[in-house]
Amino acid sequence: MNGAQDLGGQMGFGPVAPEKDEPIFHAEWEKRALGVTLAAGAMGHWNIDESRHTRESLHPVDYYSSSYYEIWIKALETLLKRHGFVTQGELLVGDSLGGTAKPKRVLKAEEVPAMLARGGPCDRPVRGPARFKAGDRIRTMNFHPTGHTRLPRYARDKVGVIDAVREGFVFPDTNAHGRGENPQWVYTVVFGGREIWGEGADPTLTISIDAWESYLEPA
Amino acid sequence: MAARVRALETILTQKGLLDPAAIDVIVETYETRVGPRNGARVVAKAWSEPEFADWLKRDATAAIASLGYTGRQGEHMQAVFNMQDQHNMVVCTLCSCYPWSVLGLPPVWYKSPPYRSRAVIDPRGVLAEFGVTLPVETKIRVWDSTAELRYLVVPLRPAGTEGWSQEKLADLVTRDSMIGTGLAKEAA
Repeated sequence: MNGAQDLGGQMGFGPVAPEKDEPIFHAEWEKRALGVTLAAGAMGHWNIDESRHTRESLHPVDYYSSSYYEIWIKALETLLKRHGFVTQGELLVGDSLGGTAKPKRVLKAEEVPAMLARGGPCDRPVRGPARFKAGDRIRTMNFHPTGHTRLPRYARDKVGVIDAVREGFVFPDTNAHGRGENPQWVYTVVFGGREIWGEGADPTLTISIDAWESYLEPA
Repeated sequence: MAARVRALETILTQKGLLDPAAIDVIVETYETRVGPRNGARVVAKAWSEPEFADWLKRDATAAIASLGYTGRQGEHMQAVFNMQDQHNMVVCTLCSCYPWSVLGLPPVWYKSPPYRSRAVIDPRGVLAEFGVTLPVETKIRVWDSTAELRYLVVPLRPAGTEGWSQEKLADLVTRDSMIGTGLAKEAA
């Protein structure tokens, strides 16, 4: 979706403000926000693509005025409501008021190291060979889906070159919406700065994205 | 927000959906065990051992796993090597994808709109805000992490570090140098 999250090339946000000796967390609640988000995800009722899509579905005003952990928590509340684990009434009073959907699993403390060390690999076998090879010229699709996609707006309808054929990965555009993993080949595609930004682009700049096969057509 | 997160944790715990002790272990992992020192060791080894550097180029996931660094947000790794004539910089314009297994949790600026919006269109301007000025002829390659590959920049090895131990070399490898918004520290 053309949401607030699609930031590449937007203007007006001011300078980057690196913080010297930045702490890992800026408040105690951030630690709990990280933990509760990972632990709730470990119940296994939504995938990373649905999580991302829920975050980017925040109203742009809300998205831009929230820190990243705030975005996580707001999206997590939505996910928990959508999947039947909490109600809006419970969130308002801060107490359990009754039942819940049955979780597939509940993450226990002793399982955390193995869970983190395993992660969530998303490589999958793909039926059929890769359509493109390194060096091929491609054009990215010009589409504007209302659902989730990982093709940024700045890189749509642009001519680039396949830099590398990667692996088969779960396709986020369907996986985010419960329509299956549908793995596709993923490619690193490189564009000249001028192809993306036109006149005045830094002549030394190249930009690459990682693109699923259905984002691409031969150029 | 503190009250809101506490409420969420309370409700989920009351319903038996959450073990609060699991949160403690998650936090402790990223506070004490998984951080940019992991990545610095990878870089120092690549600087010291050409065979390891080759492996890291070909199969970063396996090479990095050989040091014990695996897992969440590092399942599929790619190492990109700075060269005299090309500097690499990593961003996630769409969210905040970051190689947790080697760099730990991302800093606030990496997840914030100023960096995510400008890294792809004005990388030199962004670098200047980090105090980095590259020669005008140096090529800049920006890697937008739009899929599940996570990128680790291998900065150039500083001059005057011949014969240094890997532990000593790792002290020169800053987090920002592995994102591409910095360079490795000079030999003191």
